Amino acid sequence: MDTPEKLTGFGASVKRKEDPAFLRGEGQYIDDLHLPNMLHASFVRSPYAHACIGKIDKSAALALPGVHAVLTFADLPEPARVNTLPCLVPHPAIKQLKLPYALAKDEVCYAGEPVACVVADNRYIAEDAAQRVEVDYEPLDAVNNCRDAVEDGAPLAHAGAESNIAARFLVKVGDADRAFAGAAHVFREKIYQHRGGAFFIECRGVVAEFDKPRGAFTLHVASQGSHRIKRSLMEMFPLADHEVRVLTPDVGGGFGPKGSFYPEYIDVAVAAEMLGRPVKWISDRREDFMATHQERDQYWDMEIAVDASAKIIGVRGQLIHETGAYTPWGIVLPWITATTVPGPYVIPHLKLDVLSVFTNKIQTTPVRGAGRPEAVTVMERLMDRVARELKLDRAEVRRRNFIQPSQMPYKVGIIFRDGRPVTYDSGNYPACLDGALKKSDYANFPARQAVARKDGRYIGIGMAIAVEATGLGPYESATVRVATSGRITIYTGASPQGQAHKTTLAQIAADQLGVDYTDIDVVTSDTAAVALGMGTFAARTAVNAGNSVHVAAMEVAAKAKKIAAGMMECLEDDLELAGGHVRLKSAPDVKKPLREIAGRAFGMPGFSMAGGLTPGLEHTAHFTPDQSAYSNSAQVAEVEVDIETGEVKILRHTVAHDCGRVINPMVVDGQVVGGVAHGVGNALYEELKFDDQAQPLTTNFGEYLLPMAADVPRVDLVHLDTPSPLNPLGVKGAGEGGTISAIGAIISAVENALEPFGVRIAEAPITPMRIVELLGEHAKGRTA
Amino acid sequence: MKPAPFTYHDPRSVTEAVTLLAEKENARLLAGGQSLMPMMNFRYAMPDHLIDLNHVSELSYIRAENGALKIGAMTRQRDIEFSEVIRENCPLLQAALAHVGHRQTRNRGTLGGSLCHQDPSAELVNVAALFNATMHVVSQRGARDLPYADFAVGYMTTALEADEMLASITLKTSNKTNTYAFAEFARRHGDFAIVACSALLTMNARGEIAEASLALSGLSHAPVRPAAIEQALRGHKPDPETFKAAAAEAEKLEANADAYVTAAYRKHLARVLTYRALEQAAARAVENAHV
Amino acid sequence: MSDTRKLSITVNGTTHNATVETRMTLVDFLRHELLLTGTHVGCEHGVCGACTVLVKGVSVRACLMLAVQCHGATVHTVESLAQGEPQGKLNVLQQAFQDHHGLQCGFCTPGMLMTLTEFLRDHPDPSEAEVREALSGNLCRCTGYQGIVDAALAAARKMREEVDESK
Repeated sequence: MDTPEKLTGFGASVKRKEDPAFLRGEGQYIDDLHLPNMLHASFVRSPYAHACIGKIDKSAALALPGVHAVLTFADLPEPARVNTLPCLVPHPAIKQLKLPYALAKDEVCYAGEPVACVVADNRYIAEDAAQRVEVDYEPLDAVNNCRDAVEDGAPLAHAGAESNIAARFLVKVGDADRAFAGAAHVFREKIYQHRGGAFFIECRGVVAEFDKPRGAFTLHVASQGSHRIKRSLMEMFPLADHEVRVLTPDVGGGFGPKGSFYPEYIDVAVAAEMLGRPVKWISDRREDFMATHQERDQYWDMEIAVDASAKIIGVRGQLIHETGAYTPWGIVLPWITATTVPGPYVIPHLKLDVLSVFTNKIQTTPVRGAGRPEAVTVMERLMDRVARELKLDRAEVRRRNFIQPSQMPYKVGIIFRDGRPVTYDSGNYPACLDGALKKSDYANFPARQAVARKDGRYIGIGMAIAVEATGLGPYESATVRVATSGRITIYTGASPQGQAHKTTLAQIAADQLGVDYTDIDVVTSDTAAVALGMGTFAARTAVNAGNSVHVAAMEVAAKAKKIAAGMMECLEDDLELAGGHVRLKSAPDVKKPLREIAGRAFGMPGFSMAGGLTPGLEHTAHFTPDQSAYSNSAQVAEVEVDIETGEVKILRHTVAHDCGRVINPMVVDGQVVGGVAHGVGNALYEELKFDDQAQPLTTNFGEYLLPMAADVPRVDLVHLDTPSPLNPLGVKGAGEGGTISAIGAIISAVENALEPFGVRIAEAPITPMRIVELLGEHAKGRTA
Repeated sequence: MKPAPFTYHDPRSVTEAVTLLAEKENARLLAGGQSLMPMMNFRYAMPDHLIDLNHVSELSYIRAENGALKIGAMTRQRDIEFSEVIRENCPLLQAALAHVGHRQTRNRGTLGGSLCHQDPSAELVNVAALFNATMHVVSQRGARDLPYADFAVGYMTTALEADEMLASITLKTSNKTNTYAFAEFARRHGDFAIVACSALLTMNARGEIAEASLALSGLSHAPVRPAAIEQALRGHKPDPETFKAAAAEAEKLEANADAYVTAAYRKHLARVLTYRALEQAAARAVENAHV
Repeated sequence: MSDTRKLSITVNGTTHNATVETRMTLVDFLRHELLLTGTHVGCEHGVCGACTVLVKGVSVRACLMLAVQCHGATVHTVESLAQGEPQGKLNVLQQAFQDHHGLQCGFCTPGMLMTLTEFLRDHPDPSEAEVREALSGNLCRCTGYQGIVDAALAAARKMREEVDESK
């Protein structure tokens, strides 16, 4: 560990420690786990979006050699028949809380809802058996669309419910109605944003073990946080703290939906206990399409009021948000959406009537961006409209309305989902937009456009600006421990799915402990390693886990110096940590290795601990942010539209991004660029079709169009780094900004390209077919 | 998504293969597996017997003979893609293949597999229709030939009887003076086309279109050869007015809707792609004239 | 009553003899029988490319082949890539992925590497557009492909230099 001192700590673009194993095929993902005696589960899922369940005949399935069990609702232990899955974030505005059981009881409310769990020697046999389970269904009318669901006489998504409205609430600043009455201009836009999914390349999965003598479960889950899964299991059954351990192995992408709690986790655990053998379930891709949470179906009816100089007076309207069949995350999504609408602008008066509505489709919960992309797309559509109507440059309209850096911290006047007033901590929105415009050569775009039009090519440019609440509390855990071998381990509840925690958290601690980041191991998301944890979602880990590691490493360094000072008979202030030692600043060769100091801190049998120090060269911290830290971004897209086919090509794409101080610029760049690709999908490609009875029609990757390498642009990046004053490291979240402002920018660019034809776009995604429809006769192009 | 149980057979000859096909109930032939294997993994296809043709080497060849190109059904798409014989005799086939799937799928996928799967949007199906390929079919009962027009009988359905298999196809490529184009619109590179249009043009000495063949695929259950449009092109200069007239007629062809694409959009694409295919083929004719 | 066959297959230079159920896909055989879990399963219908391996030197979707079809064949998986390198070293392509942040969650990575191994062998000096087209049969949801494309171009450059040096 006597490594030369070099800059591998905070701020360095060091290579990822995760990579060599992944590149050798030595990652350990959930399906790589092979336990002795392990059995395999497959699920019988409802083929109907809405039905009553009658008799279930499992005899033919059980008769198949190699089949060990077929579980239905009736076979579940009593607590799982009494308790539904939990609502992760309850809220008083929820009128009707609907949550599923671990297996459907008597009603299925989306196609793909688990009805029975088959356990067999291998997955092949389990699937053979699942086909032989006979379920009597009595189909009920289904509702497939949240706008239809609020109409009088719409079928009810849940039989016997009072309505399809799960929640309704008002978000208000000032007096919007009065403000609108006197406005110089009022413009109205109706906008639809379509559902998409995470579509991580690794599907969900779980392996459950039950240790009978100890009466304890161990679950390995491809999750975004082990501790919340443990909590849900403990509360359901109920189990003691030591009776369930949850571990999260390497995870092949999360993007939100792997952070939810799913019925399969309970079913597989129940089966493992019942059969006394480990049980594995890996979602296949068809199941992933039907039974992994999705997001983004929203209908908006919005108005913006501006004065004669295009300054915003107010924004008001209605948002109908689709929650799908259940409400596992309460109203988190519509709440985030509503509170993201104001974005970077001064909006004196705001009124939003928000409805969260049931349908018979798989529930919606956070997917990369979590309600924010929708809000930004809507607000930016309104800003484009103002520019067009008032014949102003689109950037100029934004500039006139930006919150200025001098106004920071800025109180927006509304309450965020953490219960705190939305207060932007820092940021320079005008500089962010200007950075993106400069990099994208916005100033010369009209000349480019004129040249293209002469050639019969239609190019357009668009922009979108977002302010994004990141780093949500309550906390994340971090234990920094120097072992008596001298090796250093960080334990955290954070749970990476590609974000490089094992590198970035080590970089933070390396600075404090005077070692290279490669000398620090990071163990993530094992409930037996750290008591508390939240997990990795909502762009929260740099802020929460990062600062916890920072605090814990500082404490460990201080303790090491204190112990070393005693051993070396000097003052703590004369010491520093470097190269795996504590050494005298004035005489670096006079030093004690951390190994020896850790041994002293561990103590010797029978000897009292000197100086009243707590044992162990370690510290556990839980950084608890007061409120969100607000990242911001501006994106500029330049596109070409083939007016004859409707095809859109992104010619150039620029992101200016400010997530405060940056731990590892390479990693942040990767997060932003990857986020843009997700936004490209939402803007142009990804559609999940359902028929009028809410039957999913898009259930494979031939039909669900994820952007491929030839479909995404090279992204030009501009960095700003306005530190957050809210945490010691000055960091903000980086994982979602790339997605959040991409969609609005691309849609804006497409509309701009089609300006000669007066095409207006009020939907995402915008597909070639829709573009041709909107172009009407113009789409005949040269063939006319 | 695991295949249902089946009994696996790996015959070494056509005789062995057709014998198995005649004897076994609910049997399916496995060619490159790029369509059948996904269907089996989804359990949309659940054969009791799987007859794997990958060891029947006599089904894999490319031959140019008597002004025609004969290709064995088990010839892999990659072999067609890189074949000098094909480049010489039917470059259109390679132009079409450039749109088919991805390298990994072309490495396994076969010509016969694609034609028997008969996806109406498949590029190779379009080419078979354009040439009205002769389909050489064998069974234990004997051999028969049928034109492609009689081979495609419905949506993903061929005229093959349960005991028959496609052994090879013949494309008449004797007319060396014709020029070709393949135009399609797909959402992403390698996706099935929403609509594709292929064209073969032969020009006369006056620079007019002497012969024209067009095939439009993706519109309905099988590709169409619009005889009236082909006929109308004859004797006209290959200029925008001619292409426009053909394109307008192409838009009138019958088209189906599905969950993703309306019939109107398919018809619109028929219009646009017909124009583009003719334009590209005519441009090639001009190029060739200058060589 | 399952249909089984005896299978002899050489994977990454090691010959394995096994009895397999004929319906078992190649990727399941590699992962769950040989415990070579570097090859991943992402869709089981031949679109995502995560299961790409080389069979007889050409890239294939291992979810669309049966293990039994590889009787007598040589197969190469991601685990073979660093076999010729000194202990602890990655090969040129793997190292380029780390250097250019060509992976995040790592799940699509083995398929990307195997696709590019074949592609760069056949196209030592590709353009960016050619690389993007070559990768169009492999899905990645994390990276936006930029790091992967950069890694492929850098690896191609490095491999060309090595060839020049050895001349």
